[in-house]
Amino acid sequence: MARFLVKRLLSAALTLFAVSVLSFLMFFALPRDPVTGMCPKNCNPERLERVRQELGLRDPLITQYAGYMKGIVTGRDLGSAQGGRCDAPCLGWSYVNNEAVSDTIGRVLPVTLSIVIPAAILWLLLGVGLGMVSALRRGTWLDRLAIGFSLTGASLQLYFVGAVLLLVFVYNLRLLPVPSYTSLFDNPLKWASGLVLAWVALAFLYSAIYARLSRAQMLETLSEDFVRTARAKGLTKPKVYGRHALRAAVTPVVTIAGLDVGGALGGTVITETTFGIQGLGRTAVDAVRAGDLPTIMATVLIAAVFVVLANVLVDLLYAAIDPRVRLR
Amino acid sequence: MDEREPASGQPGDRPGVPEQRGDGPYLSVEDLRVRFATEDGTVRAVDGVSFAVERGRTLGIVGESGSGKSVTSLAILGLHDPRRATITGGITLGGRQLVGLPEEEVRRLRGRDMAMIFQDPLSALHPYYTVGKQIAEAYRVHHPRAGRREARRRAVDMLGRVGIPQPARRYDQYPHEFSGGMRQRAMIAMALVNDPDLVIADEPTTALDVTVQAQILDLLADLQAEFRSAIVLITHDLGVVSQVADEVLVMYGGRAVEHGGVERVLRRPQHPYTWGLLSSVPSLHGDAEADLVPIPGNPPSLINLPSGCAFHPRCRYAGRNGDRSRTEVPTLRPAGEPGHLVACHLSAEERTRLYREDVAQVGVAR
Repeated sequence: MARFLVKRLLSAALTLFAVSVLSFLMFFALPRDPVTGMCPKNCNPERLERVRQELGLRDPLITQYAGYMKGIVTGRDLGSAQGGRCDAPCLGWSYVNNEAVSDTIGRVLPVTLSIVIPAAILWLLLGVGLGMVSALRRGTWLDRLAIGFSLTGASLQLYFVGAVLLLVFVYNLRLLPVPSYTSLFDNPLKWASGLVLAWVALAFLYSAIYARLSRAQMLETLSEDFVRTARAKGLTKPKVYGRHALRAAVTPVVTIAGLDVGGALGGTVITETTFGIQGLGRTAVDAVRAGDLPTIMATVLIAAVFVVLANVLVDLLYAAIDPRVRLR
Repeated sequence: MDEREPASGQPGDRPGVPEQRGDGPYLSVEDLRVRFATEDGTVRAVDGVSFAVERGRTLGIVGESGSGKSVTSLAILGLHDPRRATITGGITLGGRQLVGLPEEEVRRLRGRDMAMIFQDPLSALHPYYTVGKQIAEAYRVHHPRAGRREARRRAVDMLGRVGIPQPARRYDQYPHEFSGGMRQRAMIAMALVNDPDLVIADEPTTALDVTVQAQILDLLADLQAEFRSAIVLITHDLGVVSQVADEVLVMYGGRAVEHGGVERVLRRPQHPYTWGLLSSVPSLHGDAEADLVPIPGNPPSLINLPSGCAFHPRCRYAGRNGDRSRTEVPTLRPAGEPGHLVACHLSAEERTRLYREDVAQVGVAR
């Protein structure tokens, strides 16, 4: 198990390294000059040149990359024009926002986490629960209801569901405040009431896929020989289904969930836009629009970190669920 | 002497029906019919089968795939989905009628009074739980007051009894860490952990190589001598039957076609289908040059069973009684010797003659 863990972590580190090199090359080595984009109209060539010097754009690429990575690990000095000393994890300076990128990220990352993590818990419980129920009650009205629900969820779009939810709960019934982000640690109630519609909308759409997937998985597992063995032993139905069938049926669900959650943490642009909440996703889109390269670079890196971490986590969960995986 | 019933007797553990002991068969199946409604029509998987097994005795049920032998065993354990399968007839286990018994009561009997050994232990054992845990679980479900440690001790004990070396270490291993033969031993340990009075073994050696097959059969015989359980052994392998069974039931198309003591059925088989089975098995004692004779054709569809004798389209002798084989379903009748039954329209003399002339020289009988 320890060897398995080390192997997985090493390959994750390698992936992250590759992603950082690639995105660095893409954003800082492209023919497009980053300085012209960030400079207002009255830029004269001398000023542009000075900025290029300050940004280190005249240094060899390797030096630039090393500086960037060093900033993330230990912090670095960006020079007076970019706010001076930049503490680790330093992601550079945004001329557009006029602040250190790490400050921007520090502000918007908790927002996205607050949207995605509760929503993911909700959609997993709802999706897997619905899938199990409809598999065990196959062919009944309950099954049809669950299939109908998941079909509806799969065919709707978030901006539509979100808009309907807003209209009903915020503007008509006035049950909820206009969505906004409050820190969980400042006021948990406000945190929840400001985000609950986003959770519900996300969970509704995502759980559709999970309901269908786990229903199919459960039906397949129920026809497995080892489920028959469990029944032949005289186990009660809750034990047969809960302990023997469920554990085998959720394995593929874990994989998909890891990828989905990892991806969603990189930014939920549509959700954030629909509910007017400034999270990582909207920040990334804004940065692209403004040509704010350091911020774009940071959001890409963070999204990559989440996807890679999610994959490592999936592998670990897999190994925890299926002992045969630990051999590899 | 009887160690299976502790003096304390756990209340609620055994249903109030008095235990039938000693006399008569432990399991008796009467006119069992199992039907499945499918979109293509009704599958008559088992169509009026009767047999009985006493404690300490072994019945071999033989037939090709689709003959209804596995469906019969699953019906005894009550493992068919009641929404899909219709079961009629009688299944009496130790005096209790199982057909129509509420699911919860059948569940209490499963694994405790009747247990099953499945064909392929790799797929029949749960891949995610250790072998020991699965055995301990089977014990604890019927001994609710047994603690973890007691269940573990019991499981380790059983692993040792089925001949698994270092049982305490093997307890914590997963099925994929066992060899095929060891897995089947573990499966047997799991089936026997509650000292069941009836053990149904569904092709227990089919997935194993030949040398291991013999070991497993020996093990079953030893354990039967020790536990005095009734065994129903389902197989398509007449060699296996001749080794361990006391009685044989030959099934074809969901019906019994021949039934009797193993000596009689294998030495003086009466049904042309049994002849076919015997002629398609190589023999060490027969003529090495003689060709094996396969039974022509395929097993019948259980939705559209041939009229009359279900075997008639594949039977060399079907025309000998005019149209009878095609029109009239033969019933099981005494075939000369006591306890030997056959369902065939040929007369006893004709069967004896045909067997002697056409079949006898190839037979597998010991």
